[in-house]
Amino acid sequence: MISRSQFTLLLALLACGALPFLQNPLHFNAYYVDVAIKVAINITLAVSLNLINGYTGQFSLGHAGFMGIGAYSAAAVTLFAGPAFLKIFPYSGSPLILFLMAAIIAGISAALVGLIVGIPSLRLRGDYLAIVTLGFGEIIGVIIRNIGPLGGALGLNGIPNYTTLFWAFSFAAITIYCVFSLVHSTYGRGFLAVHDDEVAAEAMGINSTRYKITAFVIGAFFAGIGGALYAHHTQAIDPSGFDFVKSVEIVVMVILGGMGNTRGVIVAAILLTVLPEFLRPLATYRMIIYALLIIFLMLLCPNGLAQMVKMLPGKASRRRRKLS
Amino acid sequence: MNEFLQQVINGVSLGAIYALIALGYTMVYGVLKFINFAHSDVFMIGAFSAFYAVQKYPSVFVINSWPGGALVIFTVMALCALLGMVIELLAYRPLRNKPRLSVLITAIGVSLLIENLAQLQFGAAPQHFPDLLPVTIIHLGNLSISSTKIVVIGVAAFLLVALEFIVRKTKIGVAMRAVSFNHQTAALMGVNVDLVISFTFGLGSALAGAGGVLYSLSYPAVEPFMGIMPGLKAFVAAVLGGIGNIPGAALGGLLLGIIETFVKGSHYSTFTDAIAFAILILILLFRPAGLLGKVQIEKV
Repeated sequence: MISRSQFTLLLALLACGALPFLQNPLHFNAYYVDVAIKVAINITLAVSLNLINGYTGQFSLGHAGFMGIGAYSAAAVTLFAGPAFLKIFPYSGSPLILFLMAAIIAGISAALVGLIVGIPSLRLRGDYLAIVTLGFGEIIGVIIRNIGPLGGALGLNGIPNYTTLFWAFSFAAITIYCVFSLVHSTYGRGFLAVHDDEVAAEAMGINSTRYKITAFVIGAFFAGIGGALYAHHTQAIDPSGFDFVKSVEIVVMVILGGMGNTRGVIVAAILLTVLPEFLRPLATYRMIIYALLIIFLMLLCPNGLAQMVKMLPGKASRRRRKLS
Repeated sequence: MNEFLQQVINGVSLGAIYALIALGYTMVYGVLKFINFAHSDVFMIGAFSAFYAVQKYPSVFVINSWPGGALVIFTVMALCALLGMVIELLAYRPLRNKPRLSVLITAIGVSLLIENLAQLQFGAAPQHFPDLLPVTIIHLGNLSISSTKIVVIGVAAFLLVALEFIVRKTKIGVAMRAVSFNHQTAALMGVNVDLVISFTFGLGSALAGAGGVLYSLSYPAVEPFMGIMPGLKAFVAAVLGGIGNIPGAALGGLLLGIIETFVKGSHYSTFTDAIAFAILILILLFRPAGLLGKVQIEKV
């Protein structure tokens, strides 16, 4: 007997499997495919950050740093170990295995860094945590710039293009499934308890530090995978792609979607990836509109899109818990 | 030894600028308890308004002269004070009783908005900042000190003392301190909280504007994103000294400036930008209240 969420995941993966078949006969425009893959990557990033910022209530501003670690370690695997691997196993499926290995290694290395960063900084709260995670994001950038083999400020080029529509959306689906099931499990209630009131949670015997670090490590893991997808999609990465601005971009997705609301965050990730594409003709005004959007959103509905939907007529009677 | 003293002077001069910006962060944090991310952009606007003032009105703001330079700094401070108050009125006041996180996000939004408006208006390329003041090199024994450095240190020190006077001795200063303790109680005592918060923003932004001009004197290239790094480091300085604590911000700024200058002069110069954050993390781990801050016990 499988649960409802497992069934949904299965369905989503099947749908992802069907995508490549649709892709060729319909002659999808390469541009649409590119945007669709970006949507999937941003969903992965936003949903994973939502576990930290939304469900656990720890304000992290360094998510792009973990994405960067993932991107660089995955690129390092396929660029440096890849040719040797493909020589030993010259089968048609080998690049796929290599890509999956790279993604897993990316996730694990980002998670490890998340652990190292998380243990000291999660003792802090609110604004302090925000600024420390921001600081770590900057430090990660400076360190990458100073490592010669990783290309320094120029970055890495010629990364093979392994991220297909199927893999991008599969990883997005797996991320959603993992985060969603985790916070809905018995263990996962602890995240919400830490979010609601840390002192009360401690009094109930919840080890809040442990929960915070768990959320941080899992969030970093999926951010790393998001980075791996990104690296194998754009095929060229440099440290400036994983800076403060990228972190803010992911945070805005989480806020817009409504902190701790997975569905809302997915919608926001799609919206904020597709919307700039429509604004492309306004190139110079794009960032200004984006900034105004953030400000007005916060002024008008500080709890995100989910709250806005609730304010729509007809939905008012449907009271839902904050966790939907 | 000579090189050491020379570096100390460079460090103090850089640190004085960090201190000026840090004061704005620390005062706003004191009254509103949030990080004003837009503060670093007020700093940038300060540098740009000086740049355009001397370009558009060369007869009023005479470059390469002492009265002209002083006039530029005062004008910029007044403009930035106004800008700070407007930002507070439009973006932060409507969120006064909302969660602090919303205010933080709004601040990030305001920061992005100002940076991108500036980019649209001023262009993305760095522009050369004119010599506002006549520059001479002063020789002291084997040391050679640029007069710019002395002016930077002098102006910053003057502003710090003036600020300390305002906060300690004037009526509005007492009100500021009262508001930073408790909004409601201060309001009950007849303090106009909105006015005091507005004044605090004005004061902090004026200092940031002065910081912007002084920074551009030492590093004469102005561009729309120039505020981000000094702003972040100044925030680190504020935390280092104990956030909400005015002498602490000054001390933190000086320490950070000196440490950074020494790292820049050493073999590890490429790591300079990481040093500030490494210090921040260490401080928060071992002394979260900062060097001069008081440890607060959380009550339930």
